[in-house]
Amino acid sequence: MSMNREAAATAAPLRKPGKWSLLWSEMKKNKVSYLFLAPFLILFTLFTIVPVFTSVGLSFTYYNILEAPRFIGLSNYRLLFVDDDIFLKAIGITLKFAFITGPVGYVMAFLLAWLISQIPQKYRFFYTLCYYTPSITSATAMSVVWLYLFAGDRKGLLNYFATQLGIIDEPYLFLQNINSIVPVIIIVSLWMSMGVGFLAFLAGLQNVPKDLYEAGEIDGIKYRWQQLLYITVPSVKPQLLFGAVLQVVTSLTVFDVSVQLVGLPSPLYAGHTILTHLFDYAFIKFEMGYAAAIAVVLFIMMIGLNRLIFNWLGKD
Amino acid sequence: MTGAVKGRKVDWGGIFLYLFLTLFGLLMLAPLVYMVSTAFKPTSELFLFPPRFFVQNPTFVNFRDLLLITGTTSVPFSRFIFNSILISSCIVGFGILVSAMAAYPLAKHNMPFRSAIFNMVVLAIMFSPLVVQIPQYLLISKIGLINTYWAMILPYIAAPIGMFLMTQFLRQIPDALLEAARIDGASEWRVFWTVVMPMLKPAIATFALFSFISAWNDPYPAMVYTTDQDMKSLPLAIQTISGGYGIVARVGTLAAASLLMIIPTIVVFIVTQRMVLQTMAHSGLKE
Repeated sequence: MSMNREAAATAAPLRKPGKWSLLWSEMKKNKVSYLFLAPFLILFTLFTIVPVFTSVGLSFTYYNILEAPRFIGLSNYRLLFVDDDIFLKAIGITLKFAFITGPVGYVMAFLLAWLISQIPQKYRFFYTLCYYTPSITSATAMSVVWLYLFAGDRKGLLNYFATQLGIIDEPYLFLQNINSIVPVIIIVSLWMSMGVGFLAFLAGLQNVPKDLYEAGEIDGIKYRWQQLLYITVPSVKPQLLFGAVLQVVTSLTVFDVSVQLVGLPSPLYAGHTILTHLFDYAFIKFEMGYAAAIAVVLFIMMIGLNRLIFNWLGKD
Repeated sequence: MTGAVKGRKVDWGGIFLYLFLTLFGLLMLAPLVYMVSTAFKPTSELFLFPPRFFVQNPTFVNFRDLLLITGTTSVPFSRFIFNSILISSCIVGFGILVSAMAAYPLAKHNMPFRSAIFNMVVLAIMFSPLVVQIPQYLLISKIGLINTYWAMILPYIAAPIGMFLMTQFLRQIPDALLEAARIDGASEWRVFWTVVMPMLKPAIATFALFSFISAWNDPYPAMVYTTDQDMKSLPLAIQTISGGYGIVARVGTLAAASLLMIIPTIVVFIVTQRMVLQTMAHSGLKE
């Protein structure tokens, strides 16, 4: 039934009343299609669409779960951008992180996928497994390795090697020193960044029609880099766009790695990201209104950046 | 593709390519190898100085400890494994069914709002579900699902990426088979089960891989939606074993638990990889 109302609402300014009933009968004729869609749409509406609007609504209120939400206008946003130094710091850290891991991870994933596509089919699987496996491990499970590798005493693997080689005299506190926290998180995230996007590139690259390369040779393409630039990249553009969208989302949502390695809150908030700030307010301090405002800011950043990328890459 | 630039006797480019791919690949695998090696280290080797990368006398003692000792809680570790398996398989199972059912009309039927619904799904790929976790939490607690398995399953079934991949994959499958079944008098429901589902197999495998990995690795649902110890999932239990962030205690047991946690994801990938690459070829986005 809600479909009907939605239909009427969108159709109203465009169509004459006679066309409403046409649309309605058209929809009734496709009843089966909507029945197929129903389970997904109900869950999707309940857990994605409605929450987006509820978040926006909550962000204008003070809400601590115990009392009913109280409307306070733009106060949350004013607080966020004017008084909350930690949030401003978190935005800085998140952007610094995103502008490094985003492009570097993306280019690395594409180049590795391209290199793998250059070797014969039968050897590809081994290399795919090497590069893809890190991304399917969980940050929690891997923390045992990282904590040991970056440990701040002489038993830490990195510190041990560095002292052996004479680079440093005494152990460096990688996970406590505010200068090394972000670089460590970046390294670990890059290690894990060959994920769904990487697979999309790999699949796209395998399916570039061979005759395009032959045509290229006739047109005087001599080197592999020319091939890459003029034939390969344009052919896999849709996959590149898909990968870029996923990359934006993952590089703006650093959370697990940061919490696992440097904790919440991290030393002097040096590893504090927008998402850790959100989690802190939502599920530790239970200030849902304020946390919703943080979520809205993050939401706008993601959608905005993705629209930008669509405009860049999407044009032919 | 290698044939494009050849003709010299020694293919230095090729040698360099293999060398680079192999060395870099081994570097990527090193942390995992270290984890495996640690999981089999006896206590005497765990705190050696100087630290050793590889295990000398492998032992299963860490795995035994993991299953026997329960740490600070009274819940046996196998309970967490059971919880994680149950939750992940429900998310994967229901997710496949619900998404395949939705992908069929979106790809093959022509009804009003088809493109509007599809665009909405694409829009949902552009943000992380993490930004809507507050309303999700409020909803779950309002309908009284806290501390139930449903709380950790329901919000994760309708996943936009999986649904997008299924629709894209189904689009390139010719309509002729569907038409043939319809002419034979099959109902849409029957067409869906006998024609669409079998053809969707690669996309289903892909969906299973992605949704299994995210469900299996995600510590949030259990962290946010449960308070009972015996409802916790594997990733959260591993955090408990480690004794909180930054503490390297019980390294051996922790490595054993982490290894147990990573193995299923790798196995699922190895099983599905061929079909995944087939599906991902249709993952492209266009303006």
